[in-house]
Amino acid sequence: MRILVVEDDTDVSRYIKRGLTEAGHVVDVAESGTDGLAMGREERFDVLIVDRMLPEMDGLTLIEALRRDNRKVPVLILSALGDLGDRVVGLRAGGDDYLPKPFAFEELLARVEALARRNYQGAVETQLKVADLEMDVLSRKVRRQGQTINLQPREFRLLEYLMRHSEQVVTRTMLLENVWDYHFDPQTNVIDVHVSRLRSKIDRDFDIPLLQTVRGAGYMLREPE
Amino acid sequence: MSRNKFLASSTFRLALLYVTLFTVSVLALFTFIYWSSARYMAAQSDAAMETEIRILSERYERSGVVGLRRLILERITRQQPTGSALYLLMDPLSRPVVGNISRWPAVEEKDGWLSFRLETRDRDDAQTHPARAKQFALSGGFRLLVGEDIQELKAAERQIIVALSWGVILTLLLGLAGGFFISRRMMARLEVINETSQRIIDGDLRRRVPVSHRGDEFDRLATHLNRMLDQIQELMEGIRQVSDNIAHDLKTPLSRLRQDLEEISTQRPHDPELSETLSHALREADRLLGLFNALLRIARIESETVTPTLVDLSLADLIKDIVEFYEPLADDKHQKITLLIDDAPQLAADRDMLFQSLANIMDNAIKYTPMGGRIQLRVGTREDRPFLSICDSGPGIATHEHDRVFQRFYRTDASRSTPGNGLGLSLARAVLQLHGAVIRLKANDPGLCVDLFFQGTSTAPATPR
Repeated sequence: MRILVVEDDTDVSRYIKRGLTEAGHVVDVAESGTDGLAMGREERFDVLIVDRMLPEMDGLTLIEALRRDNRKVPVLILSALGDLGDRVVGLRAGGDDYLPKPFAFEELLARVEALARRNYQGAVETQLKVADLEMDVLSRKVRRQGQTINLQPREFRLLEYLMRHSEQVVTRTMLLENVWDYHFDPQTNVIDVHVSRLRSKIDRDFDIPLLQTVRGAGYMLREPE
Repeated sequence: MSRNKFLASSTFRLALLYVTLFTVSVLALFTFIYWSSARYMAAQSDAAMETEIRILSERYERSGVVGLRRLILERITRQQPTGSALYLLMDPLSRPVVGNISRWPAVEEKDGWLSFRLETRDRDDAQTHPARAKQFALSGGFRLLVGEDIQELKAAERQIIVALSWGVILTLLLGLAGGFFISRRMMARLEVINETSQRIIDGDLRRRVPVSHRGDEFDRLATHLNRMLDQIQELMEGIRQVSDNIAHDLKTPLSRLRQDLEEISTQRPHDPELSETLSHALREADRLLGLFNALLRIARIESETVTPTLVDLSLADLIKDIVEFYEPLADDKHQKITLLIDDAPQLAADRDMLFQSLANIMDNAIKYTPMGGRIQLRVGTREDRPFLSICDSGPGIATHEHDRVFQRFYRTDASRSTPGNGLGLSLARAVLQLHGAVIRLKANDPGLCVDLFFQGTSTAPATPR
């Protein structure tokens, strides 16, 4: 993937660039809002990571300008103004996701990859499949190795999100935002309890575990190599 | 101001004491007035009788029994029938010669004075009047008695007693009314100071005692109190400022440190021991950052630099989400969560902030409730406000700690051994106060009830998201 990072703090941009490069992405860095806007207009990127506080032109103005040009590239807003009101303002300006500083790199990576994937998927799939686990989103049925698995509504949404982002790290905050639709940093282990319940339903009676814990980051649903 | 409180007030007791003392002194004064005027009247009447005796005895010396008899008759006739003077002249054989009483009173004399009861001359009612007389022995064995019916005198004395008694009663009543009035005024001013103090104790540190600008001692007290409160507030804000500054200044280097640690660990050191140490260091850094973030967030909410994104929401729906979110955690501890919805009040709130703050309270409820305990939630309308209570069956919180549990980093003795940073309830309170909600803690026997009273949608403006 090709990613543009618009960030004036060189420590942060260097850190992001190194991490994303290691994860196999191509990264360009712009150090001001005007540079970022110019690059975003001229070249094609899969994801933009934009800091809110930038010299010359602030991040939100940059995003609004891009959206006026009808550029649909997904944008992740990075901000030290990590409060909920600011998140809403950022999303209204045209951002797709919002990550407060300081952040764990895993959180950033997981969100960037989720954003990119969302952009690739044209029509929303209604038949999901990860290894021998199948989900029919419309009839709300889940099967593994042909056996029906009964899930509570919330467990179903949790599994759906994990399946749509299979092979990808999903953080606890992402789960809280996308499965429960609440936005804050969950300083609680409640999400883990929900995940372990789901795990007991989809993994316990089968040989190969699909739902894995990624230490220090979150969870990933995938078929082990 | 309740009746009992008023009666127990020191100003009222002071007024009562003063009225009592005043009444006693008035009583003493009136007794003296009565005593001296009664004595004066008695002395006057005695002196008149002595003068009369002198005049009569002089007439006897000059014109003998005949002259005396004529004079006495003349006097009796002149004063009839309402006169009070009494006369009796007896010959040496104790037979009455002349007089307006029929016989010599049968009482002992004392220094020539006699006090006796007199049969009234009025035939219709057979009452007796008090009388006083002086006897005098004339030469030749004649005896003269000059006296006075002192019924009128006694009546005047009684009249004085009645008047003075009314005076005492009036003094007492006026004193009580005055004392009541004055102590009420005093209490009203003290009560203002007390009420303000209570509000401040309840957490509204910005409140001040009103000053009436009369420049009296109450105003001076209020001014002093206010100055003390200013200093306390300044100190507290100073402490908070310092801790928030520390959090802010440490956050940046700490996040750099975390970045560096993360970079090292992504280079995947092959030494498993080093890798373990690194991930431990990362976890610690995350914990510290979480702490700083929470502190700064509380500071920003409390200083109202954060504007909540208010939406109209149903309290019941939000609570259903909370219950659904926490049910698995409670299940793991075999706790039973019950949700009672009386009605579904609407309120204007920041959905995310409110969820987080209620989640923190719920987190505590589950954490401190033992295995197999109960957690009861209730949504409804109380005191015309949207109401929510979260009651657990844990160990509860001692009443003296109720205010303190909301302070940053405060841990009750019972909670020190459990994980947590002591900021959850501080954040919850900051958010709830930002929403104009009132928090009340009360005992649940066993356990704790957190009662929340929100502002209805009619009082808080809502902006659609």
